[in-house]
Amino acid sequence: MSEPASAAAPAPATGAGDNIEYSLFEVRKKIQMRSVSGWFAAWRWALVWFTQLVYYGLCWLPWNGRQAVLFDLVERKFYIFGLIFWPQDVIYLAILLIISAYALFLFTAIGGRLFCGYACPQTVYTEIFMWVEAKIEGDRSARLKLDAEPFSGRKLIRKAAKHGVWFLIALWTGFTFVGYFTPIRTLIGEVQPWSLGPWETFWIFFYGFATYGNAGWMREQVCKHMCPYARFQSVMFDRDTLIVTYDAQRGEPRGSRGRAADHRASGLGDCVDCSICVQVCPTGIDIRKGLQYECIGCSACIDGCDQVMDKMGYPRGLIRYSTERALELGWGRKEIFGHIMRPRIMIYSGILAVIVAAAVLALAMRTPLKLDVIRDRKNLGQIEEGGRVENSYKLQIMNTSEAAHRYLITVTGLAGIDINHQKEMEIPVAALTTQSVFVDVYLPPESGRQGSNRIFFDVKALDDASIAVHEKATFLIP
Amino acid sequence: MSDFVGGFWSVYVAALTLISVAACGIFLWVQGRAKHSAGETMGHVWDETLEEFNNPMPNWWRWMFYITVFFSLGYLVAYPGLGSYKGQSAWSSSGQYDKEMAEGEATYGKIFNAFLQQDLKTVAADEKARQMGERLFVTYCAQCHGSNAKGSPGYPNLTDEDWKWGGEPETIKTTIMGGRNGVMPPFGPLGGEVIKDLANYVRSFSGLAADQVRAARGKETFASAGCVACHGADGRGNVAIGAPNLTDKIWFFGSKEETIIETITKGRNTTMPAQQDFLGEAKVHLLAAYVWGLSNKAGASAPAAAAPTGK
Repeated sequence: MSEPASAAAPAPATGAGDNIEYSLFEVRKKIQMRSVSGWFAAWRWALVWFTQLVYYGLCWLPWNGRQAVLFDLVERKFYIFGLIFWPQDVIYLAILLIISAYALFLFTAIGGRLFCGYACPQTVYTEIFMWVEAKIEGDRSARLKLDAEPFSGRKLIRKAAKHGVWFLIALWTGFTFVGYFTPIRTLIGEVQPWSLGPWETFWIFFYGFATYGNAGWMREQVCKHMCPYARFQSVMFDRDTLIVTYDAQRGEPRGSRGRAADHRASGLGDCVDCSICVQVCPTGIDIRKGLQYECIGCSACIDGCDQVMDKMGYPRGLIRYSTERALELGWGRKEIFGHIMRPRIMIYSGILAVIVAAAVLALAMRTPLKLDVIRDRKNLGQIEEGGRVENSYKLQIMNTSEAAHRYLITVTGLAGIDINHQKEMEIPVAALTTQSVFVDVYLPPESGRQGSNRIFFDVKALDDASIAVHEKATFLIP
Repeated sequence: MSDFVGGFWSVYVAALTLISVAACGIFLWVQGRAKHSAGETMGHVWDETLEEFNNPMPNWWRWMFYITVFFSLGYLVAYPGLGSYKGQSAWSSSGQYDKEMAEGEATYGKIFNAFLQQDLKTVAADEKARQMGERLFVTYCAQCHGSNAKGSPGYPNLTDEDWKWGGEPETIKTTIMGGRNGVMPPFGPLGGEVIKDLANYVRSFSGLAADQVRAARGKETFASAGCVACHGADGRGNVAIGAPNLTDKIWFFGSKEETIIETITKGRNTTMPAQQDFLGEAKVHLLAAYVWGLSNKAGASAPAAAAPTGK
């Protein structure tokens, strides 16, 4: 950015008497994160492995001769292992979103921004990219030095290598993404002769560019300025939510001191002011100021501070997960965990359990057959030669299973009713296909009343009695 | 053709658009130079204690906004948006439609044209053509003739052997291409009793129950009133002018006595719309073959189990 930075820091929360004038826009300060290891870092990396194994691996799994997880937009079918979703099943998507929302409310109310710190793709990819950066350019101090260096051959090679690896990872990510919509094995086959379709090419590069841009360049800017989660977190937290907190009572006043010194005697708190908690923070905040909207709950500061506490011989937990109420009342672990099962949590859990159970039940009980009855619009009811009343319908039979079936169609509801002058008719339908049948239904006029009568179409699979639908329709007698 | 009714509106729209885009750019520029005091809140207070600072936005946000301003200008040069200015690419939605129709024609045209070269009876024997004809019928013809092609009062049954205008394949094609207009002149002035006699005579033609005395009187009137001019001396009709055959069991409007009386008294005027301009000859060719095939193939009947219409 060519605009000169006009202020050293964003407007501080303090200083009503400060009269420093600053611009409404500022150049972003690059954050060089210090790497950290510890219990929380181990969990974060475990989740990176897990989410990426699922993302990069799932599209390679086969099922029934096709890709197990495939969102076939052209054919309008979503395959998730044995479940096939047609456009008519979009309600399950709605239910999935509702479940996701309630799950989000639930674990955010319990433990704060767990999603942000551990599972969010932005965090995960940024972590991967920063790991690459650390491997190529070195640790934090080495990177700061490299950035400050004037341009040289060495700098060019390092930067180029880093961006090169980033580019390859991003490209593979984009490729995998498209592989969920077009079978990935087909895509791979199209690469060599470069016969990828124009839209496939576009999306591979678009998604790849988005990965490269967001994880390589934007990083915390997404969390700070683009993502809404930060802004509504305060609505989802309450005084019993576990958040990353700095125990100011224990830590203040801060200051450096020798290892062996009795700091309490000299009036110092446990905080040695090493600023490691600031150096490891991916969003560049100082957690000692309290919970801020930028904090993504990654707990790197906890790990960092714990390491220092270990070195100094002090107890761990100067920065730890705690709740607002616990800090106020001086609670220990037992009381905090005891307060997790509070009404809010119980209600969220209850609603979530009910919706998940209902969704699972509905999916398990789905019939792989759908029937639409569309009656002729203009020809309401005809008297045919034999004196019987005739109504015409179009039956749309959707075989949503992956096996072909023969179906038996019967019509019931009024005495003497028949279909195409027969008691029943048989029709084969191929797998995953919609078949239209035009049928004429006949009725002796005395069997019903003038005007609208209720009849039913029954479609049953001949080889599986459980596959059956019962649709109502109207029969009009003129 | 411009959508604007007058030159003024075109200029007005263009000016408003450009001024708005420019205003956004200028506003950005000005705000980029504005200064704000540190620690100073925006001045509003909500819920007694909630206040707001004006912390700096990142620069990249500003640059992206500038990019949208320049993109807009570029877009307005390339595409229509400034009044009646057509844009460098001369894009129009009707042009897009024409392009897509041409693409469709290139893809499907050769299938249709292959059948157009064959004579109608050959096409009627081809199963693929039959299915195409059926889909066309269900889309374009079923609204009047029914999805089973059996029609309803006033709309012919296409599955029977009775053809008002002729049942040869070529004649059917002519009917669909150019349409038909069937006119039965009103004979009201004859008087109610005379018409009732005629109705009974006509019913007796096809063996329906009729008053024999009236039918005998009606037979004389049939010749003298001019019915034979169109329907023929034997009442067998005339396909050249679309006069129905009165001696068969197939009735356009129904065989009840009062229906026939109504027909004779008020006359009839029915229209088959011409499909030449709307569907084009190739599709009509398939439809004619399909319709002919409904009554001219062993085991042929109304549209039954169709081919899969889609997955």
